[in-house]
Amino acid sequence: MKRLTTAFIVVVVASASLIFLANHLNASQGMGGSGTITVFNWGDYIDDELIDQFEEETGIRVVYETFDSNEAMLAKIQQGGTSYDIAVPSEYTIAKMAEDDLLIELNHDQLPNMTHLNPDFMDLSFDPGNKYSIPYFWGTVGIVYNTEMIDDIDFTSWDDLWSEELKNDILLVDGAREIMGMSLNSLGYSLNTLDRAELQEAKAKLQTLSPNIKAIVGDEIKMLIGNGEAPVGVVWSGEAADIMYENEALDYAVPEEGSNLWFDNMVIPRTADNIEGAHAFINFMLDPENAAQNAEYVGYSTPNLSAFELLPEEVSGDERFYPAPELTDRLEVYDNLGREMLAYYNELFLEFKIDLR
Amino acid sequence: MGNKSRNLFLIPYVFWIALFVVAPIILVLFYSFRGLDGSFTLSNYQHFFSSTYFQLTLSSFWYAFLITLFTLLISYPTALVLTKMRHKQLWLLLIIVPSWINILLKVYAFLGILGTYGPFNAFLDVIGIGAVQLLFTDFSFVFVSVYIFIPFMILPIFNALDKLNPAFVDASRDLGASSFETFRKVIFPLTINGVKAGCQLVFIPALSLFMITRLIAGNQVITLGTAIEQHFLVTQDWGMGSTIAVFLIIAMIIIMFLSGNRKWGLTSGKKA
Repeated sequence: MKRLTTAFIVVVVASASLIFLANHLNASQGMGGSGTITVFNWGDYIDDELIDQFEEETGIRVVYETFDSNEAMLAKIQQGGTSYDIAVPSEYTIAKMAEDDLLIELNHDQLPNMTHLNPDFMDLSFDPGNKYSIPYFWGTVGIVYNTEMIDDIDFTSWDDLWSEELKNDILLVDGAREIMGMSLNSLGYSLNTLDRAELQEAKAKLQTLSPNIKAIVGDEIKMLIGNGEAPVGVVWSGEAADIMYENEALDYAVPEEGSNLWFDNMVIPRTADNIEGAHAFINFMLDPENAAQNAEYVGYSTPNLSAFELLPEEVSGDERFYPAPELTDRLEVYDNLGREMLAYYNELFLEFKIDLR
Repeated sequence: MGNKSRNLFLIPYVFWIALFVVAPIILVLFYSFRGLDGSFTLSNYQHFFSSTYFQLTLSSFWYAFLITLFTLLISYPTALVLTKMRHKQLWLLLIIVPSWINILLKVYAFLGILGTYGPFNAFLDVIGIGAVQLLFTDFSFVFVSVYIFIPFMILPIFNALDKLNPAFVDASRDLGASSFETFRKVIFPLTINGVKAGCQLVFIPALSLFMITRLIAGNQVITLGTAIEQHFLVTQDWGMGSTIAVFLIIAMIIIMFLSGNRKWGLTSGKKA
């Protein structure tokens, strides 16, 4: 009994001193202090040189952490263990976070570089008046295909996916909004429809695609298409850009009926400690030269008009990633559908997956 | 040791069980009665009995059954052979080693192995069968799942066989039984507890596999686990996800009850 008590005391003392030591170390590194900001971003989604440059210019130290899904990011911010000063969620998550009061309102006076942003990408339904968020990168949902394996289809229409020669050739991303949206678009409906009859029709049409579908997968889709496991995939433009960089035979098309326009925006979560530093960081990233450098490194489409003009012609002239205005007009941003409708989209998608075989 | 200090030692376990076993089950039960709007409702259960989830449950059970069956068919003979080997603990260790490797890594490896340009298809090509599609089929799903579950089946069966007193087998043979009869009437009945434990260890997790369904089967096969994952992560419909989880718990209780054994065959490998 005595030994147990001793052991217990030893453990308590040891943990207490470890906590003290950790606190001390963090403090000496300046973690959590006013001289640092913690940035929470997607993996491989920033040019590291810019972080160094920001630290040099402002004297604020940047702690950089990454996440791999909106849901994972949201969970960590809700839980509130770390004081994230900047996060970069996608648009539907921003709407949700704003609803749940997880975001701090931006002070536009501290963001003079906002004027460089393309007005087309401002004041959108998920964040009216850009109260909480500033666009970081944007993109589309489209079709990536291997020109060596498929030479007579150019995927100008979603209906091309339904053609008979593509039997067992298509990979889809495992996302209810993306895939239901694709079917809705192919029927000429809005991908934010709240009409259950239209959604049923979209699901029925999707089921006729089953023979052509090889698999519905997650992030592995990049690897699988890159390796030539399947010649056609429905993906986000950013993922397409990634694999096209590695495999020259691949091409990307956004069908003319329209598609989804997505955004990753910078926000300041409630957990923020250094609100001023966070504003400085956003403003720094909005600087045309920095934004252009970042866009060239990451390979996604920049919403920064001045930065866009600084990009080399071969990037900015690429209509696959900076589509012509006629097409952008037909792209739609996901609205926050509300839980019930979102559940209905997922329900139909699940039913479609069950009947896939 | 006095009764008092024994009770004192019990405290951490009681805490552990209350916090990590009882509380989560109560939470799952609680959430299963909550609708999307947070009100108390039975609609999740009503929804579960609709055709979609019924079909999903049937197919989950069917695949879990297939996986358990094939795992057992492979594991029992393996365990039998293992107990006859000279360095049986070493061989057992070699079979267990793969289970030390992260399951996700193993599954990713299979993506490469079973792929169109993978070694499996290259082999089929060489022997003249020609490449076939292996990835994203129910075959590959069952194959990879069986591979992953084999150690969990072998261990309890091996322990049961190892504890079997060889005198019983000798007696059976002396009394004129053939090897098959000996197996059927002596060896198998005496190790049935190991088999039951192994089946439980395989069947229950197999019901809720979700990673393999997406990675290896490309959602061509989906299980109750897929639906739970989707409800918790994407739809944020925790109520529905919990309802499905409640049914998994009930299924588990039924299976434990049916296979009702108290010994798990997992005790030490020493001869009895």
